[in-house]
Amino acid sequence: MRAKPWGTEAELLARLRAGDETAFAALVADLHGRLVGLAGTFTSSPPLAEDIVQETWLAVIRGLGAFEGRSSLRTWVFSILVRRARTMAVREARRGIPVTGSESRNGDGFVEWSPGLGRIGLWEETPIPWGFEDPAAIHQSREALEVVRIALAGLPVAKRQVVLLRDVEDVTARDVCNILDLSETNQRVLLHRGRARIRRALDRYVREGARPPSPTGADGTSPLTMPELDVAFNEVAGPKHGSGTTSGGTP
Amino acid sequence: MNCYEAIDLMGDAIEGTLSPEDREGLDDHFAECPACRTYMDQLRLTCQALGHLPGPGETGDPRADLIAKFKQEFRNRG
Repeated sequence: MRAKPWGTEAELLARLRAGDETAFAALVADLHGRLVGLAGTFTSSPPLAEDIVQETWLAVIRGLGAFEGRSSLRTWVFSILVRRARTMAVREARRGIPVTGSESRNGDGFVEWSPGLGRIGLWEETPIPWGFEDPAAIHQSREALEVVRIALAGLPVAKRQVVLLRDVEDVTARDVCNILDLSETNQRVLLHRGRARIRRALDRYVREGARPPSPTGADGTSPLTMPELDVAFNEVAGPKHGSGTTSGGTP
Repeated sequence: MNCYEAIDLMGDAIEGTLSPEDREGLDDHFAECPACRTYMDQLRLTCQALGHLPGPGETGDPRADLIAKFKQEFRNRG
């Protein structure tokens, strides 16, 4: 993890409890944008997302004294946000403000993977290696990361929340379950489903230069040149195996 | 190990929480199943890419209103 200006989390917490406003300012600087991102998964209304974050911070300020440190500070703050967001989003939904439903965007033709189903819902055609000489080529490519960002933003809500917390924010799987109030099994399934869709978007991008449609409906529909990947992507590296053998489909 | 079992273990493989037996079984499966192996490799790369998404960045100007609230809270307690 990144080095924090205040050293360990215990030190930070002690300073927060002592009313140290520079520690609090550092906490806000670190978490505010992340909270806005997480709040944005609960509502498509940016002002409501801001309200959720504001309420979360007020609850954090009031609750610091009673916080026992059983979870990490960040997990605690995320949990507060999720509780607030659920309450506030429901309240706002009654007044007609759009709320993202649990799996509201599921009508996109994907078959959902579940444990025991094998490759169904994960891949139709045998996966072909991307052929990067350097595995870091993907995450060093700004364009590939943009593909990932758009694909993440386009995930149905429950998957997006799990992937955002586990893979983007690096929250432990156990804490993801606690924050979102999910069973361990549900968390695993949602995580694999979400990752599978993002892998699919990356696969299309790497092999065809295609970007996923942006959920905002703006840019992102036209294939772009990919100078970074042209260098890194070696087209002949992957043998095109198994047109007849549907490996992954047979028990 | 067959493909069904291998695929169900991939999440744990990424978490690094596989038992030694499962780890070995999975490696054996990958040795004979390029599809699962490729998928697993791509799943890992996907997770890495997600971990490298540019974050919201630190908010340059920590919210003055929140800091005022924070000070007020402690003044009230003190």
